[in-house]
Amino acid sequence: MGYVNGLKCRECGREYPVDPIYVCEFCFGPLEAVYDYKKIKRALTRKTIEKREKNLWRYKELLPIDGEPQVGLKSGFTPLIKADNLAKELGVRELFIKDDTVAHPTLSFKDRVVAVALTKAREFGFDTVACASTGNLAHSVSAHGAKAGFKRFVFIPATLEPSKIVASLVYEPNLIAVDGNYDEVNRLCSEIANKYNWAFVNINIRPFYAEGSKTQGFEIIEQLGWKAPDNVVVPCASGSLLTKVWKAFKEFKQIGIVKELGTKVFAAQATGCSPISAAIQQGTDVIRPVKPNTIAKSLAIGNPADGFYAIQVVKETGGVGEDVSDEEIIGGIKMLARTEGVFAETAGGVTLACTKKLIEAGKIDRDETTVMCITGNGLKTQEALNGHTASPHHIKPNLASFEEILKKIGYNE
Amino acid sequence: MGVKVRIPTPLQRLTQGREEVEGKPGTIVELVADLDKRFPGLGERISEGGKIRRFVNIYVNEEDIRFLKAEETAVKDGDEISIVPAIAGGCSS
Repeated sequence: MGYVNGLKCRECGREYPVDPIYVCEFCFGPLEAVYDYKKIKRALTRKTIEKREKNLWRYKELLPIDGEPQVGLKSGFTPLIKADNLAKELGVRELFIKDDTVAHPTLSFKDRVVAVALTKAREFGFDTVACASTGNLAHSVSAHGAKAGFKRFVFIPATLEPSKIVASLVYEPNLIAVDGNYDEVNRLCSEIANKYNWAFVNINIRPFYAEGSKTQGFEIIEQLGWKAPDNVVVPCASGSLLTKVWKAFKEFKQIGIVKELGTKVFAAQATGCSPISAAIQQGTDVIRPVKPNTIAKSLAIGNPADGFYAIQVVKETGGVGEDVSDEEIIGGIKMLARTEGVFAETAGGVTLACTKKLIEAGKIDRDETTVMCITGNGLKTQEALNGHTASPHHIKPNLASFEEILKKIGYNE
Repeated sequence: MGVKVRIPTPLQRLTQGREEVEGKPGTIVELVADLDKRFPGLGERISEGGKIRRFVNIYVNEEDIRFLKAEETAVKDGDEISIVPAIAGGCSS
């Protein structure tokens, strides 16, 4: 029933069976799932998709499972919002928000990759799942894993936003807070993954896990009326999401679901951790690892595993990389909330602030259709806004006290 | 003094189980060619067409050669070279 032929090394092309493995034994490159697109083309059409339930599994033939979906049955198919107020403010004709701030169940796009990873972990027969996380992944694995009945170990940097830590703890996984940054957590988890027979969703299950991000791309095309946008702006941590959104667009073209594809893909990062956009801007293929220093903690990966591939996608599609300061990030969060009523986490602020910069620099054409991938909910990173928002007006419970405020703010009926 | 070269676990079966071997001073590309002569098959695991593979990191005294002179980085007596698969943990054996 599955359409995956096997795994393949992205560097040297060596082939492997469908196993919980992630590194090429020969050249140490990353492994990727390989599909039988001929078979998929016959099975997956616009009509088939449209008949299915509105969740990420409506594209299941392009996802790396053998049987039926088992986890995240309500995940995905988040709103694509036409952002007319924001478009007007930025001076562009047409702008859309792919709104994963309301992803089910944990309000970030990680619910997509975890739904796929845990379904695959179940197919492989694992009883324990784990992850190294900058926050959203821990939250999603804790939640999806609880519903699916897995034992769970989630590893995070100890300095993560408190609200993200509480959000993961409520599902009662084993939460391991490591004194280190994400890159150090990841390195430790690789050692643990080698030793214990657990399904680490972003390590030994990574080739399957990563495919879940494609669903954000499939949905964008479907929700635009089976068209790809002219531009898509994607925030980059490891760079994986950006490569998979593009892969999704290409797969839809390959199996004939869209006829034309000319999307430019743009990488958005925080200046305090921008190894990918820096490399793109400098015209190099070599990622220079950095020590992250930004409020955008969900993007704080100093040594991005998919950095090289993200650079290739951006170059290949005619996009560029951009990065923004912490101040601009907060401005982005507030602008999105003020214009479109969407409260995004810091990564969303990064994406909007970068989109604004790209428009002003003429890199995004004002007459074209642009989609911004907004990947997580602002309630998860409220701390970042402390001291940066407006304040409430405090009054006594009487009309006079209130009308003093009206006067103060210059309200005219 | 010589040049110390640390071999990662997955490649130790090519060096008769040794995790540390002697290296030849010169450029990295020369060092790798020399290692391959003494330990056949090692060269193609970490390099292709004279370039170090993308997911193999080589450190000279803890500095990634990508930020030195890449394959032309000079190695002298007393230097310590580490060969480390980029995807931390690599594969078992």
